[in-house]
Amino acid sequence: MKVKVLCRNPDDYVRETTRDIQRVPRNYDPTLHPFEVPREYTRALNATKLERVFAKPFVASLDGHRDGISCITKHAKSLSTVISGACDGEVKLWNLPRQECLRTVQAHEGFVRGICSRFCGTSFFTVGDDKTIKQWNLEAPGYGVREEPINTILGKAVFTGIDHHQRESTFVTCGQTVDIWDEQRSSPIRSFSWGVDSFSCVRYNPVETELLASCASDRSIVLYDTRESAPLRKVIMQLRSNTLCWNPMEAYYFTCANEDYNLYTYDIRHLDVPVTVHMDHVSAVLDVDYSPTGREFVSASFDKTIRIFPKDKGHSREVYHTKRMQHVICVRWSADNKYVLSGSDEMNIRLWKANASEKLGLLSTREKAAAHYNKKLIEKFQHHPQVRRIARHRHLPGDILKQKREQREMKEARRRREQNVRKHSKPGSVPLLTEKEKHVAAVVE
Amino acid sequence: MSAVMPELLTSTHVEKMKKKKPPKRYWEETENTDQSQRRPEEEEGKAGQNQNESTVKERPLKRKNDERLEKKDPFPGEAPIPHKQLQKFQRGEKCKVPAGARRRLKEAITSSEAMSEHAQKQAARYDLLLPEDAGFLEGDEDEDTNTISQDDIADAVDITSGSKYFSLHLSQFGPYRLDYSRTGRHLLVGGKKGHVACIDWQTKDLMCEMNVMETVNDVKWLHTEAMFAVAQKRWLYIYDSKGVELHCVKKFNDVLRMQFLPYHFLLATASATGFLQYLDVSVGKEVAAICTKMGRLDVMAQNPHNAVIHLGHPNGTISLWSPNQKEPLVKMLCHRGAVRSLTVDKTGTYMVTSGLDRKLKVYDIRAFKPLHSCFLPAGASCLSLSQRGLLSAATGDIVQVYQNILGSSPVSKPYMAHRLRGQIWGLAYCPFEDVLGIGHGEGFTSMIVPGAGEPNFDALDTNPFRSYEQRQEWEVKALLEKVQPELIGLHPEQLSKVDQASFEQRHKEQVEALGFDPLAKVKFKPKTKKKGRSSAGAIEKRKRKVAHEDQRDEIRQSVQERTEREKELKEKSNEKKLGNKSTLDRFRK
Repeated sequence: MKVKVLCRNPDDYVRETTRDIQRVPRNYDPTLHPFEVPREYTRALNATKLERVFAKPFVASLDGHRDGISCITKHAKSLSTVISGACDGEVKLWNLPRQECLRTVQAHEGFVRGICSRFCGTSFFTVGDDKTIKQWNLEAPGYGVREEPINTILGKAVFTGIDHHQRESTFVTCGQTVDIWDEQRSSPIRSFSWGVDSFSCVRYNPVETELLASCASDRSIVLYDTRESAPLRKVIMQLRSNTLCWNPMEAYYFTCANEDYNLYTYDIRHLDVPVTVHMDHVSAVLDVDYSPTGREFVSASFDKTIRIFPKDKGHSREVYHTKRMQHVICVRWSADNKYVLSGSDEMNIRLWKANASEKLGLLSTREKAAAHYNKKLIEKFQHHPQVRRIARHRHLPGDILKQKREQREMKEARRRREQNVRKHSKPGSVPLLTEKEKHVAAVVE
Repeated sequence: MSAVMPELLTSTHVEKMKKKKPPKRYWEETENTDQSQRRPEEEEGKAGQNQNESTVKERPLKRKNDERLEKKDPFPGEAPIPHKQLQKFQRGEKCKVPAGARRRLKEAITSSEAMSEHAQKQAARYDLLLPEDAGFLEGDEDEDTNTISQDDIADAVDITSGSKYFSLHLSQFGPYRLDYSRTGRHLLVGGKKGHVACIDWQTKDLMCEMNVMETVNDVKWLHTEAMFAVAQKRWLYIYDSKGVELHCVKKFNDVLRMQFLPYHFLLATASATGFLQYLDVSVGKEVAAICTKMGRLDVMAQNPHNAVIHLGHPNGTISLWSPNQKEPLVKMLCHRGAVRSLTVDKTGTYMVTSGLDRKLKVYDIRAFKPLHSCFLPAGASCLSLSQRGLLSAATGDIVQVYQNILGSSPVSKPYMAHRLRGQIWGLAYCPFEDVLGIGHGEGFTSMIVPGAGEPNFDALDTNPFRSYEQRQEWEVKALLEKVQPELIGLHPEQLSKVDQASFEQRHKEQVEALGFDPLAKVKFKPKTKKKGRSSAGAIEKRKRKVAHEDQRDEIRQSVQERTEREKELKEKSNEKKLGNKSTLDRFRK
């Protein structure tokens, strides 16, 4: 007779001392792990719920301005420094980790219309309603020394925006015309205009650095090449665009924030139709900024909310609002891809997490692993109705919800009307336009 | 060829000194033998190589020698994994990229397939590292294993294993029902006449012992060894491991059999009044109460694969139940007489039943088809399947253990047999041990059945050696991933499949949810007109103008098609006529 009976030596399965870690022998045999799928689904559902539970995006509020915030800019080199300008001409430098104001400068009389930081991080430029461009040192002056700009240029008309070149000592302003300035000169080295009276925003392309885009008040977006004497081309839309932002990773895309409550992402190679129409805001969109990864962008709107859109999705993945936040004028995405800054009418700058349920601070490896696992689980089960319902739900203020419903109804009515018109007119005389095609009036070369 | 080369070398070299040869390695010999056994196609490849070598033979020999001396990996690439092992970790069929798939979908499918294949390989490789092997029992020549007595086995094995064969003589309160905890460390026995005891059976530590002074119908551990449920004469009671009564659940009366579903935290009970009830033990709520209308329910088993409850009935049928449905999922006629006992294997593939017709039948419950049946002279009153597929059947006062019963081969003679005193009332294999527990009229017997238990446990799921903290940790984790009772169904893996509901089905659901049909055609309602033009007759006239619009459209279309077809035919025939015409035809009369 030959016999063997299972007999386990406890020494192989129990830790030797209490200081040891526990022994955990594994056996991955699927028959020992029944209900794999239902258990994983339960885990995914829990992860989705926890993600919503931990979604507390508001980090801090920076107060100190005495009028509405009109513009914010990031420091070119330092993650923790932010410069903001207010409607009373005051400019403040902030330290984000300590959440305090480092310096206050009375820069202009009237609005500060635009701020940009120089690429080297030693100085910054401001433009204001007093028709001046001022260059300021980022270092605070010594004790008892008055705050004086390094350089002041008096222009002919009001400037509404400014942006600095990525590498060279030139910058661009917009107002009645788009002007390109050399830092050493007091008059523009070149000005562009294309039969329009004013511009609201101008931005350098971050990759193809000689390329410029600007939003004009005649509902057009104009592209320029600084090496050429005339503007390149412009696209005219149904309504005016307020600001635009280039995608920093795929710099042939830019997104503009429009008065018709939408944002449009364009490919500069095919301007006749936008690549994506981003809809969700219920009022004019005032500002837009891309994340440094170029995957997402944040938009600020007159409807008192901030929304975060994936760059290729038509609807937002996130909406931020508080009871106290009024019309959001400007918004910026921090250079470490973790935070969003918003400046609003009621004189506060708010700091938000870019990923609402993310845990801040140092994470242990197990925490990181758990976060990754949960993310993957949610992704795997994202199309299940329960998971989708929970993951998609966002609380909205009552009036925004109401406006949203109203607009849906209006849109449906418009669609119905168009359908009826088409039905009762000669076939082919009322063409079927897609949502993308509707908003572009013309492209001019 | 390799044997010839060194000689050649020595002859060409100027100095006749003996060069030091590299030590012979163990694979060099095997290479030669391999060469002889190579398949013809490889041989061809080799021949091709040889040809190449011959063309380059003019090269200096010394360099060639260096090449020879270069070390070669004798086992290139990854170690192969046996197909059978890979098969074990295969989950469903591989997903193929559909024909018209876009780039993004294609990428997603291929990457996820690659990932799952990698995971499957890793898991299969890990099998090598498993520490334990399963037990076995082999007789000498002309010796049946079923003639070997338990005493002989206990003598032959080591002391620890030998001590697993023992009996508890409890003749006063029997017969006994029993249950092992999921880790296999703890044993719960309940005598018909009220004696309940729980024991750490390996150390023989008595955790608690009491007499509930009532009939005990069944006993069951809940999710840990800290709590157990006892079905007493009227109500269901829950005690903790010290014997303190925690709950008396009066919603559950006259319970005869119980099953605990560990991943759902559900206690399923079958009562004498024909009710199948589910108690959620994590929140203490009754999840479902189903009136089966089948009379007294005293045969019950669970399918560990999908948590479906199987009930056996006096009319020979077996019904399958889930808490979500008031009717049985499946009802199958299995025996000519009443069903006495049934059990389901852990993969949820096979069900073994025994009935009053003294037959033992094995069913494939995925296809609901009988595989084979056999006749047992005494009939089996209790059945139990072990983790590795050994079937034990209580026939009268003898327990028989069968091997290889799951599968297509017919039932042969038993693998082991053991005679006891008194009627057998409960039978259960201890998980992760080669032990079969038997509750009978004279007490409890633990019997050694080599090869019954799964040798390697997964410590994150069920760990027999877990500490107090580990148990606490496990309990929290298990409660977090408690599967909701709504997910119990015949196919638990359905949840990961793509929902391919047809348009009609989805439309039906939408109509049910909305209360009206959104796709229904709106009935034409004529506008009311003034100046007496909206008389009933006028309205009727206007209605008639648009009546049967869709039918009219269809008719119009079909008529148009027909005329077109006719026209085409006519043209064709005309062409034919023209084609056949010759110039001389005009002179024809």
